[in-house]
Amino acid sequence: MASLGRFILFVGSMFVRRESFLTYVRLTVNEGIKIGINSIFIVSIVSIFIGAVTTLQTAYNLVSPFIPNYVISLVVRDMTILELAPTVMAIVYAGKVGSNIAGELGTMRISEQIDALEVMGINSASYLVLPKIIASFFMYPMLVVLSAFLCITGGYLAGTLTGTLTGYEYVYGIRYEFVEWNVTFALIKSFTFALVVASISAYKGYFTSGGALEVGQASTAAVTNSCIGILTADFLLTKLLI
Amino acid sequence: MIEAQNISKAFDGKEVIKDISITFDQGKTNLIIGASGTGKSVLLKCIVGLIQPDQGHVLFDGRDFTNAGKNLKTQIRREIGMLFQGGALFDSMTVEENVMFPLNVLTTMEKEEKLDRVNHCLERVELTNVNTKMPSELSGGMKKRVGIARAIVNHSKYLFCDEPNSGLDPQTSITIDNLIKEITEELNITTVVVTHDMNSVMEIGNKVSFIHQGQKLWEGNNESIFDCEVKELQDFIFANNLMRNVKRQRS
Repeated sequence: MASLGRFILFVGSMFVRRESFLTYVRLTVNEGIKIGINSIFIVSIVSIFIGAVTTLQTAYNLVSPFIPNYVISLVVRDMTILELAPTVMAIVYAGKVGSNIAGELGTMRISEQIDALEVMGINSASYLVLPKIIASFFMYPMLVVLSAFLCITGGYLAGTLTGTLTGYEYVYGIRYEFVEWNVTFALIKSFTFALVVASISAYKGYFTSGGALEVGQASTAAVTNSCIGILTADFLLTKLLI
Repeated sequence: MIEAQNISKAFDGKEVIKDISITFDQGKTNLIIGASGTGKSVLLKCIVGLIQPDQGHVLFDGRDFTNAGKNLKTQIRREIGMLFQGGALFDSMTVEENVMFPLNVLTTMEKEEKLDRVNHCLERVELTNVNTKMPSELSGGMKKRVGIARAIVNHSKYLFCDEPNSGLDPQTSITIDNLIKEITEELNITTVVVTHDMNSVMEIGNKVSFIHQGQKLWEGNNESIFDCEVKELQDFIFANNLMRNVKRQRS
């Protein structure tokens, strides 16, 4: 409970004694590049392979001759939009971006760079953390959209190249009984997970004390706690919105 | 002038600073000396507001910093420059960006004006052609100099230095000491230096306060320090042969 209270105070402290709007725009753009653009490669690789494997495994499990082939891509589509793109990517995102945020802030803390900001009269929480959270909030949903597209594309390539189903069947399944709400739901989840990962990782990094060992521990704790936060939020959102 | 009045601080019930009162004069290098672990850095952090003291006040030119509201606190903080033990330069920025940082965030100056100020400060600390270097490419002494340049770039009225000589060779230490002294006199600012280096005391100690186990036991200057009768201070000063010889020569 003490940690939760401290976390709430930490989040609240970002919104007092802020610098100029332009400063935040510049910082947020820089963080957006670091968080978003630099994550495209790993997100793309993971998405394509997850899509491909999901297609092959779904085909392997649907052995009945009464089930048409297009059901394979229908399953891939719904799994991708509902869970793989927003949630599984959030775990990958926590591993890459969350550990980076915690490590960076932790190192800044132990090398007195955060103290240097405070001495200058700058609200270090607001200056360092708020741009990361805002950048994450905008960049992660874009990564999720990219991930969903690549996941479905990976499935198409795997399905057609291995002869599991034809391109026509795959596209037919993708378009069959499409529920638009699922996309909205995925985006709601992605906005939530973006906030969860950035804020938990920043909190863990910002309050690091000690040396290199503690920075490593903070990075690990950031990923672990972010994953727990993601899965809890995933469950709650699914229960509430579907 | 900075006045620290009756400062006390405890961590987990252990009193680290015990009712310390010190006045730091303007235009002088005010030294806080003492052995490692005696609470010097904690006292410094209490003064600059990085640690909230349990008791006491800090006055910056008569303005109560400890109990100040957010606006006054921010205003006073923006008049403070601080050199940290490890330099505390921002890793992701070049030397020029590091020194320009306070101007970027705290002022609305034009880019050319800021650049002029940065170059002037870097020249003042005898650093040229390092503008584009990253902190990781600098030596310990250079990092300290960049730290000093960053601390004075915004025309700070108060300069705090936490162990400015730690990890430096004797020659570079003297250069840094002289730089601090010259800048203090040139800009007529209030400088507070935390150190356990007796060479610094002898070089720049206009006013010296000795801290032992969280208490201030002595106050004077680098002239009167040899005549003190506080046993703990004598033990501290004459721990090495060099100082014993200096005393012998003086007497």
